Formats: sequence, structure tokens, C-alpha cells
Amino acid sequence: MPEKHYLNATYGIRSWLLTTDHKRIALLYLASVTFFFFVGGFFAMMIRLHLLTPNGYLLTPDLYNRMFTMHGVTMVFFFLIPSIPAILGNFLIPIMIGAKDLAFPKINLLSWYIYVVGGLFTLWSMVNGGLDTGWTFYTPLSTVYSNSAVAPAVVGVFITGFSSILTGLNFLVTVHTMRAPGMTWFRLPLFVWAHYATSIVMILGTPVIAITLALAAMERLFGLGFFNPAMGGDPILFQHLFWFYSHPAVYIMILPAMGVISELIPTFARKRLFGYHFVAAASLAIAVIGFLVWTHHMFLTGQSTYAAVAFSFLTFIVAIPSAIKTFNWTATLFGGSISFDTPMLYAFGFLGLFMIGGLTGLFLGALGVDINIHDTYFVVAHFHYIMVGGAVMGYLGGLHFWWPKITGRMYPEWLARIAAFILFIGFNFTFFPQFILGIMGMPRRYHMYPPEFQIYNVMSTAGASILAIGYLLPMVYLTWAAFYGKVAGDNPWPATGLEWKTQSPPLTENFDVTPVVTWEAYDFHNRPDLQLDVPSGKGSPVVAPAHGDD
Amino acid sequence: MQSPLPTFPEQASNFAGDVDTLFSFILMTTLFFAVLVTVLIIFAAFKFRRRSEMEVGDDVHGNNVLEVGWTLIPTIIAIGIFAWGAAIYVNYRIAPKDTLDIYVIGKQWMWKLQQPNGRKEINELHVPLNRNVKLIMGSEDVIHDFYVPAFRVKMDVVPGRYNTMWFRPIKTGKYHFFCSQYCGTNHAVMGGWVTVMDPAEYAAWLSGESGDVNPVSAGERLFTQLACNTCHIANGTGRAPSLNGVFGANVLLADGSTVVANEAYIRESILQPKAKIVAGYLPVMPTFQGLVTEEQILNLTAYIKSLQTQPVPAKGGGIAPATAGKK
Repeated sequence: MPEKHYLNATYGIRSWLLTTDHKRIALLYLASVTFFFFVGGFFAMMIRLHLLTPNGYLLTPDLYNRMFTMHGVTMVFFFLIPSIPAILGNFLIPIMIGAKDLAFPKINLLSWYIYVVGGLFTLWSMVNGGLDTGWTFYTPLSTVYSNSAVAPAVVGVFITGFSSILTGLNFLVTVHTMRAPGMTWFRLPLFVWAHYATSIVMILGTPVIAITLALAAMERLFGLGFFNPAMGGDPILFQHLFWFYSHPAVYIMILPAMGVISELIPTFARKRLFGYHFVAAASLAIAVIGFLVWTHHMFLTGQSTYAAVAFSFLTFIVAIPSAIKTFNWTATLFGGSISFDTPMLYAFGFLGLFMIGGLTGLFLGALGVDINIHDTYFVVAHFHYIMVGGAVMGYLGGLHFWWPKITGRMYPEWLARIAAFILFIGFNFTFFPQFILGIMGMPRRYHMYPPEFQIYNVMSTAGASILAIGYLLPMVYLTWAAFYGKVAGDNPWPATGLEWKTQSPPLTENFDVTPVVTWEAYDFHNRPDLQLDVPSGKGSPVVAPAHGDD
Repeated sequence: MQSPLPTFPEQASNFAGDVDTLFSFILMTTLFFAVLVTVLIIFAAFKFRRRSEMEVGDDVHGNNVLEVGWTLIPTIIAIGIFAWGAAIYVNYRIAPKDTLDIYVIGKQWMWKLQQPNGRKEINELHVPLNRNVKLIMGSEDVIHDFYVPAFRVKMDVVPGRYNTMWFRPIKTGKYHFFCSQYCGTNHAVMGGWVTVMDPAEYAAWLSGESGDVNPVSAGERLFTQLACNTCHIANGTGRAPSLNGVFGANVLLADGSTVVANEAYIRESILQPKAKIVAGYLPVMPTFQGLVTEEQILNLTAYIKSLQTQPVPAKGGGIAPATAGKK
């Protein structure tokens, strides 16, 4: 372990709570985001336990409705949206571009405090009245009829939105202005491109949810009538405003995970990412087109048929850049030198599960099929495949990959591989039966259901208990490894990013000398510092026989 | 009939077969690509597994031909699926002209349905086989949704407006319907049964229960009670347009535009009379917001619909003669 690094540079609680070091702020986020993940996970456990029987044995209807609402609010706003950007993005982006910190270190710290305050606000409302409107807060149920703590919960989410906006701003300015000499745009790691695209969405979209929630809170508190038809308001207007942000929000959740995968696959196949420029462009395309599809959540609200047709078309278009990325990730594997370390297992898991999640979006985007499966468990399965099978796999893969950089120590490889398998199996058992439930006609958000749906509900709950183990194991061994794991060294994999040219854990200022970049991303062939067996000329490999030749 | 796809409900409406066929096509297409990519990944993971610790992969940047190919082909397939889905949907959103109209009110946490002759049902819907049925739906409180899995149809029920949906039952039987838009505490139990009957049985059932007032009579009574008849005089001499022949007609408005007088127009005219002023008339109608329930509006609408065939007075004001299409 290096003698001096960012973790031991200064001591005491004040040096953490008043830090402006992006790496320490990332760890502050890690602690708080993990806390909210467990809060959201607790609600999920209650949902699945309750749904074991068709007749609602465990919770009252009002309590169940609070469980699924608070599960959604916690996971979306306090786990998924911040997770990769605020933890891995904060930690890595400055180092990946050769900078000492983000452009606005104090605003970075402010972002974290805003997140915590918003989170505590919402948490307070969850234990003081709860929230039972669905995370989507549709009106007039949420603004007029619900008997739950809607206003404080919504204010908490409103506050946390500013954390997102400030983080996005920080990332954009940093990438534009603080790249090291030689770090041109097209030498950037795709992780950075992904966060650039994400930041655009954060900055443009989040203000809309802020204003929407502010209007909803005002309607609830002061009896105004924006969305209440009894006062001349329009409930569908709320849905347009809500989804204008909340659809792009799902791209805030997935783009960073895709950025992680774009780091993992080249690293563990020891090969450039196939089609780098196309993957970078696809990230931007997803961010932009993602703003043009929101009404696909509203195909059956009675809105204009023409509008529905237009939005369905755009929904199919937004799927294409994700497909392009998937093909490029797959093509990277061919001709590679592939190892199966834990991060790569998560990358493989991502590929399979994200593919299923994304493809099932085609069913929902097709108007004629959506008439049948809208608001059923098919939708629930679809978004969990992308959010959990995709985003969370990406998050965990990234956490494992960069754990040695963050802590200076390796996690236990075999235990981690087992945990990854448990997670993959548990996940599929939890959510695949939900596709079937949707096809059979089981609507969402039901505290009771007809008995013919029970078998798939039991399967789903059984899977969830396995999934829970898959999540608990990394929490335990990553924490253990941070203190007692094998010392990792600068570049254990080895990988090609600038972050791997620093010590593990890095110095507070990341680099003692600003690096000068002369190589492309993921270029294993022109990096003698990695000491790999690079074939020296055409047709004459230096050491090992050409792979794939057995 | 049984759906060709496993675990699907029966196909009991005209839409079910089409919806399932498109679903099957999407399933086969997505399965094909998913399996293809999965096989490629597993193949590559095996064939290109690392043989020695310091080995690297090939130095490949990409392939523009592949990029164009795997962009264009999915795009074409995607547009094809989109178009097919849009066709089914457009057909679903535009009801045919000759429908049996049933009024539906959703409220926390029950459904009130009314057959054309006034017979009311709660959480049950009886419909005749092989007739086009249109549901005209309103909500008394929050957003609900009427979903019949065996018919493969659903539509949100939104307060402050009417939403309509149509279907043609093709198989007798009893089928679940569910509320399919979260609406509060008892959302999950706000469902019931759709019963599809042979036309003769349906007719018999329809006339079975006595004592229910037919909505046209109820509407006519309300029309007098609420003093609508003092301005909307049938022979056109009142300060408001006669309502003979209005329903389904094109109405010329004071601002020069025209609007079709459908259920939504009638409802809006009752609740927000200043929204659309008929050409040649003054904006003097008071609003009945808060004075009439959704059910009463439906009854008034039924009465006004019954005036379609009444003679339109010569002094017709801004009302154009009814066009060929009635609704």
C-alpha cells in the first residue's frame, strides 16, 4: 500500500464532512446511496412477501400501497439516479481525464448535502404518514384524494433534484475545460462520454420534474387547480410534465451503466472497443432522442391518436442506438483475450439482461400490443430487467472493477464470482415470471389478485430471496476487502485508463505531475508500460501462440 | 378461442387475434436476435478465452460496413413493427359508427355501468355476441382504467373528460375485467366480470329487470327540472339554440370554426358553456359545474341524443343540417 493517499491524507470527521476531494465525496455518496438502497430493498421485500398469497395476508391495502410507492420513490430518486454518476463518476472522471479534481469541488460537496437533506425529508415523510400514490404521483389522486404525506415527500424529491443538476453541471464543465494535454475528445474513455451524455439529460430534464412537483405540492397544500378537473385543471397535463423528465430519467440511470460496460469489456477482452466513435455517438443520440418519447407512457390516456402514433415511432427509433452499442460490445469480444474476472461476469450479465429488457420495450412501444400489456406486470418486468439487470449489474461490475483503485485492496475473487452467479439466477427467477403475469393480464400495483396468478407470484418471491443474498454478499465482502483485502497495486488487471497510472488508492491530488496523453483509449498494442505480450510485427507474435487457434 | 401463445387468456374479442399475432411476430423477431447475440457472445467467450496471462487481443478499430448494416436492419424491422402496431391501434381508437353504447362511470372503488335502455349494473358488464360495443367512460374522482384481458383492450378513465373504447365480443363466456390505473386503497378489488351472451339471451336479460328508469326519460326530466327548456326551446324561438337534430351535427361557432356535437361537446357545454359559443347567440348560459353529477350529464346526453331525429326548426341559428354521419 502506498504510504500517502487520499484516505489517510487528513483525519477526523470534519475532514470528511467538509472535504472537497471528489474521491472522498464519492465515498460519502457511496455510504448514503447504499443506505437508501437498503431502504428501497426493505420495501421490495415487503412487497414480495405480501404477494405470496392472492388474498393479501400480510399488509393492509393502504400499507401495501405505501410499500410499492416508497420502493419506487427510493430506488428511482435516491438510488438509481445518483448511483453510478455520484459514486463512480465523481471518483473517476477527474482522474480519467488527468485532472486534479472536478471543476467545482465545493459545489460537488454541496450536491451531496442537498442529496442528503432531500433524502432525509422524504424518509421523514415515509415514516410520518407514508406515501401511497405510486412513484408516478398521478393527479388528482396525489394532489386531492390521497391520505398520505404527499407534500413533504414531493418536496424531498424536489430538493434532491438540485443535487442532480449540480452534478451534471460539474461534469460538463470539467470535461470541457479540464482535460489533460493530449486528452482529445476522441481519446476519452467511453465512461466519460456516457457521463457527458447523462449530464446533458440531468441539466435539461431535472428542472422540469422540479417545477412539476412544485406545482403538485402547491395544488395539494393550497388547493390550487392545475391538475384537478373539478377546478378546471387537467390531470393529463401532470402526466406530460412528469414524464417529460421521467422518461429521460431512465436514460440518466442506464447511460452511466453502459459507460461502465464500455470500460469492462475492452479491459477484460484486452482489446479496443469495436466502433468507439459509434458508441460515443450512440450515447449522445440516446440522450437527445430520449427527450422525444415521453408520451409512450400515455398511449391509453385518451390523447390524440396522431400523437400516439408519432411517439410510438420515436420510441422505436430510440431503441436503435442501444442496439448499436450491444452489437459493438459483442463484436469487441471477437479476437479478444477474454478473462472471467468478476467485473467481466457482471458485464456478461448486463449484456444478456439489458438485451431482454430493451427488447421487451419493443412490445410496449408497439401501440397495438401496448393496448393489452400497458399497466400490467409486463411493464414491471421490462423496467426491472433494464434497471436491475442492466443498471445495477453495471454498478456492481464497476464497483468491483474500481474497488482496488478506490481502496487499494482486492475483493475476494471466488466469493465475488459466486455472488455474481447467485445474483444473476435470483434476478431471473424474480422477474421473468412477471412477464408471464403481465401477459396473463395481472395489472400492476395490486395488493390482491385472482388465484390463477399465484404460482408465478410465488416463483417471483422465491427468486427475490435469492437475489437478496446476491446483494448482501458484496456489501459484506467489499467492506471486508476495503480493510483486509490483498493489496492491489497500481494496475492489477491491467487496464488502459489514466486512472490506472496512478497509485491505488490515489493521492488527494490524483497525479503528482499532470500526465500528457499520447495514446488512444483501450489501446493495448501501444502501451509497453502494461507489459503485456503484444505481437511485435505482422504475423510474428513475440511470445504466446496466436489465441483462438486450438 | 385459445390463444396460440401459452399462458395467454382466451381470444374473446375482434382485437385479440390481431394483438396476439403482432405479439407473436415481435416475440419471434426479438427471440431471434436475442438468441443470435447470446450465441455469438458465448461462442466468442469460449473461442477467445485468455490462453496465457499476458496475452492481448487483436488490434481492431471497427468496421463501418457492419455498423451501417446493424443500424439499418434493426431500423427497418423496428419501423415495420411500429407500423403494424399503429394500424391495430388506429382501428381501436376510431370506433365504428354502429355501436351499442354503454355508459361507464368509474369511482373509488367500483364501476357503475348503464345499458342503453337504462338497465344498470355494478361491477358487471353484459354484452351481446358479435355486436360492436362502445364504452363511453367517465370518472367521478381519480383516474381509473377499464381492462379486459380476454378482449386485449383497455382505456384510462379520466376525470373531467370522456374516454371511449370499443370492441366486438366473438365468444360467449365470462371474462375478468380489472381496474388498470392505480386509484388508491382498493384499486386491486375494483374489478368484475364481463359476460358475453348470445344476442337473444342478451335481449332477454336487458329487458329483465324492471324499475330502472331509462336514461332518456331521466334526462328529459332533468332538462325540465334544471330549466334548460326555458332557453333551449324546441322550435328555435328561445335565446339558446334548439337541440333538435344537434347531436352528431356540425355546429358553427361564433369564432367561425365548426365542431361536431358529440358527447364531449355536450358535456363541455353544460359545465363550461362559455368555451364554445354557437354562431348567432350570446354567451349567456350559466354553468352547471357542481350542480350535476356525471351520471346526470350522461342522462341529459342520452335525452339530447334522442332529439337527433326531431325536426330542426327553420330559424336554426348556427346549427347546420345534420351531415350523413350520425355520430
